[in-house]
Amino acid sequence: MSLTVEERKAANKALIDEVLKAYPEKMAKRRAKHLNTFEEGKPDCGVKSNIKSLPGVMTIRGCAYAGSKGVVWGPIKDMIHISHGPVGCGQYSWAARRNYYIGTTGIDTFVTMQFTSDFQEKDIVFGGDKKLDKIIDEIQQLFPLNKGISIQSECPIGLIGDDIEAVSKKKSREYDGHTIVPVRCEGFRGVSQSLGHHIANDAIRDWVFDKADPNKRPDFVSTPYDVAIIGDYNIGGDAWSSRILLEEMGLRVVAQWSGDGTIAELENTPKAKLNVLHCYRSMNYISRHMEEKYGIPWVEYNFFGPTMIEKSLREIASHFDDTIKAKAEAVIAKYKPLMQAVIDKYKPRLQGKKVMLFVGGLRPRHVIGAYEDLGMDVVGTGYEFGHNDDYQRTTHYIKDGTLIYDDVTGYEFEKFVEKVQPDLIGSGIKEKYVFQKMGVPFRQMHSWDYSGPYHGYDGFAIFARDMDMAISSPVWGLTKAPWKN
Amino acid sequence: MPQNADKVIDHEMLFREPEYQSLFASKKQHFEYNHPDAKIEEIRDWTKSKDYKDLNFAREALTVNPAKACQPLGAVYVANGFQKTMSFVHGSQGCVAYYRSHFSRHFKEPTSCVSSSMTEDAAVFGGLNNMIDGLANTYNLYKPEMIAVSTTCMAEVIGDDLNAFIKTAKEKGSVPAEFDVPFAHTPAFVGSHVTGYDNAMLGVLQHFWDGKSGTTPALARVPNESINFIGGFDGFVVGNMKEIRRIFDLFGADYTVLCDPSEVWNTPTDGEFRMYEGGTTKEEVERALHAKATIVFQEYSCEKTIKYLREKGQEVVVLNSPIGVAGTDAFVMALSRLTGKPVPAALEKERGQLVDAMADSQAHLHGKRYAMYGDPDMMIGLTQFLLELGAEPAHVLATNGDDKWAAKVQAVLDASPYGKGCQAYPKRDLWHMRSLLNTEPVDFLIGNTYGKYLERDTGTPLIRMVFPIFDRHHYHRYPIWGYEGGLRTLVMLLDEFFETLDANTIVPSKTDYSYDIIR
Repeated sequence: MSLTVEERKAANKALIDEVLKAYPEKMAKRRAKHLNTFEEGKPDCGVKSNIKSLPGVMTIRGCAYAGSKGVVWGPIKDMIHISHGPVGCGQYSWAARRNYYIGTTGIDTFVTMQFTSDFQEKDIVFGGDKKLDKIIDEIQQLFPLNKGISIQSECPIGLIGDDIEAVSKKKSREYDGHTIVPVRCEGFRGVSQSLGHHIANDAIRDWVFDKADPNKRPDFVSTPYDVAIIGDYNIGGDAWSSRILLEEMGLRVVAQWSGDGTIAELENTPKAKLNVLHCYRSMNYISRHMEEKYGIPWVEYNFFGPTMIEKSLREIASHFDDTIKAKAEAVIAKYKPLMQAVIDKYKPRLQGKKVMLFVGGLRPRHVIGAYEDLGMDVVGTGYEFGHNDDYQRTTHYIKDGTLIYDDVTGYEFEKFVEKVQPDLIGSGIKEKYVFQKMGVPFRQMHSWDYSGPYHGYDGFAIFARDMDMAISSPVWGLTKAPWKN
Repeated sequence: MPQNADKVIDHEMLFREPEYQSLFASKKQHFEYNHPDAKIEEIRDWTKSKDYKDLNFAREALTVNPAKACQPLGAVYVANGFQKTMSFVHGSQGCVAYYRSHFSRHFKEPTSCVSSSMTEDAAVFGGLNNMIDGLANTYNLYKPEMIAVSTTCMAEVIGDDLNAFIKTAKEKGSVPAEFDVPFAHTPAFVGSHVTGYDNAMLGVLQHFWDGKSGTTPALARVPNESINFIGGFDGFVVGNMKEIRRIFDLFGADYTVLCDPSEVWNTPTDGEFRMYEGGTTKEEVERALHAKATIVFQEYSCEKTIKYLREKGQEVVVLNSPIGVAGTDAFVMALSRLTGKPVPAALEKERGQLVDAMADSQAHLHGKRYAMYGDPDMMIGLTQFLLELGAEPAHVLATNGDDKWAAKVQAVLDASPYGKGCQAYPKRDLWHMRSLLNTEPVDFLIGNTYGKYLERDTGTPLIRMVFPIFDRHHYHRYPIWGYEGGLRTLVMLLDEFFETLDANTIVPSKTDYSYDIIR
């Protein structure tokens, strides 16, 4: 039943050729560059990436606004993020990403609220700057404990020539230097969420770091063990189940970017000794900036599954002294029995199961180790909005002959699944029900399917349990009526 | 160590473990630099005050937690209601990802829709090439029989002309010249999702009835005895449409449902993904021109469509999402009049059964005060039903309702003794509702999933009867229209009443004397 690597490569090639036949010729040529089979030893996955999606193909991608408001800025809890433009963008993304936080919503924290300028025709015709000016006044009056305001541009802002930077500066002056951040993340910019991450990172650099008074918090005293978690959005509590491990190994986490994060944490990050970066794709920009400007090194880590966690804890510890290294070993030892118990429980049921992934950010590669810890085999993966550096990093995780699909279209994904017949698919809400109809077990790997956390040792137990219940559910045995052979 | 392999602890309980609680406390104390607890308390109390309410209601520019979405969502809904039709939204691609997610989170079903994926270059040069390539790709990959085009605000701001673009795309061979590509401009900065429904519905009707953008002769209307039904944007469409069709069938009526997405959002899990399922056929759309009348179930979802149907010479019966006895009576009597047939005995019996159920239960709901928000028509239907039950719809709010709508609601309220002191709130949002619930409390709140934040902040128990419902499953599979729908609505109201009463009387030796076994 199981194919050799060479057979798998040949089957993948045939499958890609077949799928491309459905496109008009010119389009088939463009899509061909995004589909391939990984060849062991190559420096990347053999696909082009971060290129415009073809029109009309049902791309799974989102937009720059989603990357900025939805991913980077939205989780910063003590700021108010205005979805600036028509009502829809803020409405569809309202509290949908499960960025957990602690706070009194509407009073001192605002993550799960939808603040919008609700543009009307007159705002398009005459411009929205005056309305924005007034909105900031109303926010200051009705939400006096907000620690800052960000303006998340929707498509029309950049098209009608509004000057949100001027409004931000003016209002910041009026409110005693209050943090007000204009973000030019209009949805039509770039080819996916990815440019929105970059724009959002740059806005933090220009409007938070460069404007912050370094002596604002004299009581903040640095220690040699200060680190910041970068690129963890605390989905289902991921950043918390990561932070607990860093603290246990003796580090002091001064900031979370951006899940459950605050503006004070962002402003204090330049005082950290090391930035630990989980989602490289969405926050490598600010990490590089802090390295260049403040001399803070950064290290990528992976907290999915015990193998990768162990490796990452050692890697992080290697930046510190022997006490930290010893404590990291103690943390690894402490959780070993729990991890072994989880693997003993679930691996026999999951051994050899085939997984196909299509997700965003870091997950198309980062979660592979966690599946392998459970004996599962990732046979296909791809990025919604990855760049070539993501596909390079992916080579460290995948096996020879893995099917690669960049910015997969609805059509391609359905055909690939039909032929490859995986035991589990990990992708998003738009894909979930398509594949479940086909009788294929599925887990949402953006929202953790409303479960989580999946990060850290505590998270891995939940991950393993969730993958098992997806695959082992008795419901998949009922999809064929008994009277149909 | 909090986690446990034998009994895996989920986020709900994991973060209550002492290790995490101390992590939270330390993060807050050392790194967050939040305001003092006393200040937070002070502001929280202030937001509950009458003073705050006055400031809140004086807002002119800021919208907080609105209960409306944007036009293209309604257009995608409409496209889903026609057979083998792919919804094609011209503009930025992120919007389409949002519409698909939004519907899938509510219906727990796939929602197919494509984008023309316009980016910076299209912002400068226009999106014609995106239309040309996009239609070709959609046609080849997804083999639709019709592509229904709508627009995001990006395409509207730069002024793309759908009619001209589609014509050019056909000339370039993207799709065959005779292939049906109805379209509607659906600017997100005008109206809401119900406006988008209206524009898209009108776009389909105009395409088929008025000569397909000048490519065929306009159809001539030859009136017949058939009746059309247009439901409007409806989060309960899966349950409702089945019920509506059953009622038409009981009359033996010759009818056409214009836009029926109830099957594509209700396909089986049997090993096959059906991208297209059910929906109104093109032949049915063409035939619908000749109908003697159209019953429009939601006025504010169909304002332009109603006008257009009347111009074509049809009688249009306009309802406001009738819910309950009198509302359904009006629908049923209209059907009886239009078909010339008496109300079927089976329906009359169902009516009696609904009244029976209401009589059994009315004492529990009588005099209870409700706040509610949602689309304009549904608010009118629910107001009528609550008044029938002797309940009081104290605050009736629609973010996408206008002053005319408010006057209509007020007229319904003023016609009943139970509407005394009750008020309609047009163009308001859920942050206004929060002030209302704080300063003029009610017993229950009717709304969508986002109402749970109001339940948390004000302690008002929430009944989920409004789109979107993300955090409860399968409500959309049951009707709220027809006498059967009235029964389902009654049960929803009663369930929340009894759950609340039980929760409020469950403390042993303190309150459990009222923890009754028979209610």
